[in-house]
Amino acid sequence: MSQSEIVVEAIDVQKKYGDQTVLKGIDFVARRGEVTCILGASGGGKSTFLRCINHLETIDGGELFVDGHLVGYRESNGKLYELKERETADRRSRIGMVFQQFNLFSHMSIQDNLVQPQVLVKKRSAAEAKERAQVLLERVGLADKGRAYPRELSGGQQQRAAIARTLAVDPQLILFDEPTSALDPELVSEVLDVMRDLAASGMTMIVVTHEIGFAREVADQIAFFDGGKLLESAPPQQFLTSPSTDRARNFLRRVLS
Amino acid sequence: MTGSRTVPVASKRRTPTEVVKLKRWGRVIGGAAAAALVVVIIMMFATSRNVDWPVVFDYIGNAAILSGVVVTVELTVLAMVLGTVLGTVIAIMRLSQNPVLRWISSTYVWFVRSIPQLVQILFWYNIALFVPTLGLGPWLTPTNAVITPIVAATLGLGLNEAAYMSEVVRAGILSIDKGQREAAASLGYRPAQLMRHIVLPQAMRVIIPPSSNEVIGMLKATSLVSVIGAADLLTRAQSISSSNFKIIELLFVASLWYIVATTVASIGQHYLEKKYSWSSRPMRRSSRPVVEEQV
Repeated sequence: MSQSEIVVEAIDVQKKYGDQTVLKGIDFVARRGEVTCILGASGGGKSTFLRCINHLETIDGGELFVDGHLVGYRESNGKLYELKERETADRRSRIGMVFQQFNLFSHMSIQDNLVQPQVLVKKRSAAEAKERAQVLLERVGLADKGRAYPRELSGGQQQRAAIARTLAVDPQLILFDEPTSALDPELVSEVLDVMRDLAASGMTMIVVTHEIGFAREVADQIAFFDGGKLLESAPPQQFLTSPSTDRARNFLRRVLS
Repeated sequence: MTGSRTVPVASKRRTPTEVVKLKRWGRVIGGAAAAALVVVIIMMFATSRNVDWPVVFDYIGNAAILSGVVVTVELTVLAMVLGTVLGTVIAIMRLSQNPVLRWISSTYVWFVRSIPQLVQILFWYNIALFVPTLGLGPWLTPTNAVITPIVAATLGLGLNEAAYMSEVVRAGILSIDKGQREAAASLGYRPAQLMRHIVLPQAMRVIIPPSSNEVIGMLKATSLVSVIGAADLLTRAQSISSSNFKIIELLFVASLWYIVATTVASIGQHYLEKKYSWSSRPMRRSSRPVVEEQV
């Protein structure tokens, strides 16, 4: 596992909002095909870190690499050039993101949600995009929901559709920002099942979650964030049974009790 | 009806047999008085010796009046198209990251809203006094050949409208949830694609009702151009009444056509709102086969 290539690498990443520092020097590595679950209490910087990876937030210090490229910059002749908006868009299309609130485009049918990104971003023909959309909807168990509008679906269905939409532009890496936190409890498992399949297919995933069971079962590594720092990074068995910091122990006691 | 258990009935109380409605006398009297007043006003107009009704009916279908109606509608459309397109650009400038664009946009809105529409129309009509020729190098034209009354009216009304429409569009853009933009950005949409395919279509729902108001306002504001003789409905009506002295009658004729135009616009608004109300649209199962047959 540790031989596979590095997809995300963070070196001393810092992020400030005004005079509040939310990321205080994050060192982090995720490898191709790995599932990383980021755990930790709210306000620990988990989501912020995730959003830095696809440049929805800009970092204020340190270095953050995705696929060997410095996020937000292009290196040429020993100089760093800030990316144009078009280049940022191209880089982002290789990184999928699944949001807590699903964020399906509410003025379009589910099918159009999957088709339009392919046509606009991947320059596919409408016919090709529709065919691929149907394959993906089948994969997440929504083959018959293409014509529905997002608000007509349950939260679990919407989140599965959002995952399918992310897959439609063929990302190398998918970021999940608390994908099940906005769901009714009985709908959580259908989304986790889709994510489990995705992990089994070899997708590189970074998942901010509160689902300890999912992390135990699927993750290759668990990263524990607290107070803007990455306190621990370890395989799930090791982290869940013998965490090395008091903060992690306290956190686990609270969530597992 | 369902179970075998009998439900005990509250037996002590006698059930009333009739419901007596409260007589709302105040309402009846108020309604009658208002209706009487309306009838009196209508009778005043209908039976007035000072209104020559046959003349009103004669001129409703008059060719000059009809061509005035056409000009009024044309002007409304032209000015609204100019106002909406420019207004959208100004709104996007106002919301951009570029401080210069933001400043230009808010200054434009401030400046244009500060000057009466009538003054703006007169300014554009007289622009030749200020810029006598238009064009570059060898391609020069006298300004007056370009700025016809219709062009001056379109510019005066449209540039003014842009300031108001920009505020309507800006409110619409701001109403869109941040998550929609972030989702599109994370899929790799470029900023222009994001605006065109995600933000503006959703903003339409918020933009349509106030902009229909603007259209109706514009239909009537076009009457201002009668000061520069742009051959609109009011200009036509006035030029007829200046020769036959039936002033009230021709104002009635003009009003009637304005009523027709605004009514049509309101009906249009109803259908547009329906079209963009995707959030309350029932599921369409049979309308359009979204999925092509798998080959």
